[in-house]
Amino acid sequence: MKAVCWMGTNKMSVENVPDPQILNRRDAIVRITSTCICGSDLHLYNGLIPTMEQGDIMGHEFMGEIVETGAGVDKEKLKVGDRVVVPFTIACGRCFFCEQKLWSCCDNSNPNYWIAEKMMGYSPSGLFGYTHMLGGYAGGQAQYARVPYADVGPLKLPEGIPDDKVVFLSDIFPTGYFGALNCDIKAGDTVAIWGCGPVAQFAIRSAFMLGAERVIAIDRFPYRLQMAQEGGAETINYEEVDDVVQTLKDMTANIGPDSCMDAVGMEAHDDGFMYKLDRAKQALKVESDRPIVLRQCIQACRKGGTVSVPGVYSGFADKIPMGAFMNKALTMKTGQTHMMRFMQPLLDRIQKDEIDPSFVISHRVPIDLAPEMYKTFRDKKDNCTKVVLDPWAN
Amino acid sequence: MNQTIQSRDYDSAPCASKTTERKVGPIIAGTSMALLGLSRRSKSGLALALAGGALAYFGSRRNASEDEVLAHGSVLLNCSPQEAYALYRNFEELPLIMQHLESVTKIGQGRYRWIALGPMGTSIRWDAEMVHDREGEFISWRSLPGSDVDIESAVRFQTAPGNRGTLLSAVTRMDPPAGKLKRIAAKLLNTFMIQQDLRRFKALIETGEIPTTEGQSHGPRSRMTAALRVADPTRPPKGDSEMSEVFNAKRRIA
Repeated sequence: MKAVCWMGTNKMSVENVPDPQILNRRDAIVRITSTCICGSDLHLYNGLIPTMEQGDIMGHEFMGEIVETGAGVDKEKLKVGDRVVVPFTIACGRCFFCEQKLWSCCDNSNPNYWIAEKMMGYSPSGLFGYTHMLGGYAGGQAQYARVPYADVGPLKLPEGIPDDKVVFLSDIFPTGYFGALNCDIKAGDTVAIWGCGPVAQFAIRSAFMLGAERVIAIDRFPYRLQMAQEGGAETINYEEVDDVVQTLKDMTANIGPDSCMDAVGMEAHDDGFMYKLDRAKQALKVESDRPIVLRQCIQACRKGGTVSVPGVYSGFADKIPMGAFMNKALTMKTGQTHMMRFMQPLLDRIQKDEIDPSFVISHRVPIDLAPEMYKTFRDKKDNCTKVVLDPWAN
Repeated sequence: MNQTIQSRDYDSAPCASKTTERKVGPIIAGTSMALLGLSRRSKSGLALALAGGALAYFGSRRNASEDEVLAHGSVLLNCSPQEAYALYRNFEELPLIMQHLESVTKIGQGRYRWIALGPMGTSIRWDAEMVHDREGEFISWRSLPGSDVDIESAVRFQTAPGNRGTLLSAVTRMDPPAGKLKRIAAKLLNTFMIQQDLRRFKALIETGEIPTTEGQSHGPRSRMTAALRVADPTRPPKGDSEMSEVFNAKRRIA
């Protein structure tokens, strides 16, 4: 089959690899019909998250049809021929954490848990195509994929609903929704969201669903800011203002947003001195993450407010303003998305036409063009917001 | 070599029992506190070791030879102590879970022959007899004279606080003989390995399978990666090198 493989920093290539096989009793094989490039894949593309190996298959946003199931898969829950969307977190469904619905903290799904334990103390769940530290599972930017614990994660889809509307249930829609939920929004709240990528676009719309009165979105690309405006947000182009934190103060009568969301993560951009310093430290490998947005979130948030972090961080970040965080009595909520909590409710919303997630798609291309699309997406060329790959097109 | 363990002098240790039969039990009873205490390497740490794990402290440390290996691990299982006990007590199936075990065979009433695989096709063998076997609570065994190594092991099953399942703690002590076997034996027993085995045990009892990516598809590996994979299939080699960079970074920042 064809698969997008990580061949080193800034090197992706489409390779012919063997078709995946059932390796465990509860595995299933999915024939993939749609698969996407995620913003978090760019951290791997840029070589900033350790424990990738040459030849690893990328991708964690995919959907398709079940073509084979292992002997241990509950036939009531999943059978050959089912059309499913697969969540990016892998969860066993039986451990303490899964029972608490902390699906992304599953205790059993990461066979390389000990690498993650070295860095984080304890290991989160395994993820598809996202480093050996997080399981080393082959990803879904391919024609087929193996899905472990297939009777837990994959969500069965109704007939007739097109891929474009449901493929984002694999990651970014639930992730945006989880980010908004983590803002602890109360009716009438103002939410500031840094970044206007696809996750943030869903977070903007989810924040309104959850009762926010104002959403202020911050980015530098006019096409992304416009998409945020179309979702009902006010916007700040941070390259056009002197100081984002001051601008937010001005916009909120010196109170500050009730919640601030970092939907950017470890590779934030800015034009200030701290950005250059972080960039240099990252190059020298004395700092793995550039927490520019996180710092601004903490500074800008109103007293007693909430900071939500759906943006990906991988290791260690410097100069977090803990003084501000502590003295202003802030709360921080974060985590990889507990996917299985949100997939069904959000599918219901899609079916009721409350939202059509396909609005974020900017590019639909055959899988062979994936390497170029990684570059386009990284450089934000060609108004690139979201790339959907067709694994079977020539 | 097995006689050494029996001829040890425990008389002067006020808390430790004279016989090995009763030795491993206290080890496990007090191991956690004792390890906590010992890890502090101070007077108060020793006091903690004494208070919490006097038996473990003396039982394991007194007269221990320099080569003695004491490895331990613990894991929370989402099942009842009886279920955990039943799976663990089925020694003959343990090689499916514990990576370094080749086979366990019943050789008589309460006696089993254990064969563990070392590096480069080597193996060590010991015959062990059950010392304790209390259903749903406690298992311990020790090696008999004539074995390649002097080894004993104990496992305890407890209901976890808050009714969260079963707390399994295991400790194994080994006194390898001198010479070639010592090097092999040392590769076979350490805390990391025990912890890995227990995690596989946990996965199996909770989910019915042990998670793996062995045998999955991938693109072309680099020659270095391929070579290191052969040398140690369980470790992502490139990962390790980059991990050290992150750790160095952490150290430098600190």
